[in-house]
Amino acid sequence: MFSAVFGSVEQGIIYAIMALGVYLSFRVLDFPDLTVDGSFVTGAGVAATMITFGYHPLLATAAAIVIGFLAGCMTGLLHTKGKINALLAGILMMIALYSINLRIMGLTSENSIGRPNIPLLNAETLYSKFYSFWSTLGIDTTINNFFEMFGLQYLPSTWGTLFIMTIIVIIIKLVVDWFLKTEIGLAIRATGDNKKMIRSLSANTDNLVIIGLGFSNALVAFSGALLAQYAKFADIGMGIGMIIIGLASVIIGEAIFGTKTIMRTTLAVIAGAIIYRIVLGLALRIDFLDTGDMKIITATIVICALILPQYFEKKREKNRKLKRHAERLSLKKEENSVA
Amino acid sequence: MLKLNQINKVFNEATPDEKIALDQINLTLNTGDFMTVIGSNGAGKSTMLNMVSGSLTPDFGEIEIAGKDVTKYPEFKRSQMIGRVFQDPMAGTAPSMTIEENLAMAYSRNKKRILRKAVDKKRREIFRLALEKLNLNLENRLNAKVGMLSGGERQALSLLMATFTQPSILLLDEHTAALDPARAEIITNLTKQLVEKDQLTTLMITHNMQQALDLGNRLIMMDKGQIILEVEAEDKKKLTIPKLMDEFQRIRGEKLTSDKALLSF
Repeated sequence: MFSAVFGSVEQGIIYAIMALGVYLSFRVLDFPDLTVDGSFVTGAGVAATMITFGYHPLLATAAAIVIGFLAGCMTGLLHTKGKINALLAGILMMIALYSINLRIMGLTSENSIGRPNIPLLNAETLYSKFYSFWSTLGIDTTINNFFEMFGLQYLPSTWGTLFIMTIIVIIIKLVVDWFLKTEIGLAIRATGDNKKMIRSLSANTDNLVIIGLGFSNALVAFSGALLAQYAKFADIGMGIGMIIIGLASVIIGEAIFGTKTIMRTTLAVIAGAIIYRIVLGLALRIDFLDTGDMKIITATIVICALILPQYFEKKREKNRKLKRHAERLSLKKEENSVA
Repeated sequence: MLKLNQINKVFNEATPDEKIALDQINLTLNTGDFMTVIGSNGAGKSTMLNMVSGSLTPDFGEIEIAGKDVTKYPEFKRSQMIGRVFQDPMAGTAPSMTIEENLAMAYSRNKKRILRKAVDKKRREIFRLALEKLNLNLENRLNAKVGMLSGGERQALSLLMATFTQPSILLLDEHTAALDPARAEIITNLTKQLVEKDQLTTLMITHNMQQALDLGNRLIMMDKGQIILEVEAEDKKKLTIPKLMDEFQRIRGEKLTSDKALLSF
């Protein structure tokens, strides 16, 4: 149980970076960008390919981010300059990336052009590099000893992954928060909010959409690159349904933690991604459910996250009104008795 | 400051719905001119304004702002020089962003937007001072989302945002039409005050004849895509609503009766 939740949290943090990307396109730019399913694999594929060629994992991850940025920009170009509908532009880019991803991963294969998966079993990854440093510190045994005192069994083999991932995701959150408060960030938010207005304030909305989608997909590709290194493989199918997972994270997070400020919303999205993974992980432990049921579980989670908040909000509103009404009545009574 | 030269625009060309929206429009505004534009619906007022702002491009003719031919400039590039307030109070502001963020976007209108913090201490002080002049207590609500403001407050904010960087041209498109009379008056007075402060060259459309007479030093009347009447400084001061109606009848040979309601006097 504990180790299952632990694994979910680790994965959730990796997916949180992707969810932040989806938040940027869906919520900030108000652009339903389906490129995500493709650019996630692009990130994983580029990183896995470069690692296989022996490049430093840091360099491989950086390259994945850059390629993801370009993919997002392409979708933006199709939409703004090509005047293609937002959904269609994303879908077109997504299917085009499928072939491109096969080709990228195919670079590692000598006897075929495309390649659907790359294992990274014995390769050096960001995590293995970090672990070799981490393990010298002896923190794992300290923490595990601490938990053993409470009688917990099946403890994770290392806390290093969780540690480094938490650091990375916090840095990314701070970067996104900062970016959305800059002059360009403000203009991007206004593009999603009121295009006519920001155009009348001399902002080139086309460029802002392109940059915004680039940034969004850079985060998605980064997440893909990290997942490939975490799971020790890249696969052409690993991006299927990614957009829904991202959206689920955004919706769950916003429903639970609110959207009062940017900083709170980005934190909510990250938490949403982790909660989604935990719920999914726990659901899959039910004997009746099979891994093939993952999609219907996802659908159920998203539907609940969309419907339940409406119900609770209505109830809260009603209670508030009842209370205020009673207060006003008693106040009136007092006034009358004084008179 | 603003020059329209032989502007032509036809909508739905070569279809049964063909409509000549602007017919050989010539117009010159000198620096500091405040011109009000009246005319019934479909006269071409808004089309003309959209030509100036760049949201529409003319079929023929040239537009010049501050000595530069801007006919081919896209809207976002022109709006460095143009401040604009729309009729719809929702249109001029970003509802999910705060008051100070909206002002910050207006503040960087004529600057290049870069990766720097949009609202810092210095700017917040500038915004606070500017908002104080509106007398709407907005200076104490810098972090309130604009979506929470009333229509009048939003329109006042839009007006401030439009004039914040002292644009070469200020365009007002029936910007008080969606407000109740009391709010409309507040906004009208505010308009006067802001335009006079910076001597802004202004083009204002209105359906309210009294407003058209009260504000500005020049007046034009449009009908069927043409400018049919131009009234200059001294004559404008003597103008009254009945005189204006008579004038229309003399030129067009028909009564303005059907437009009385629209022109609301």
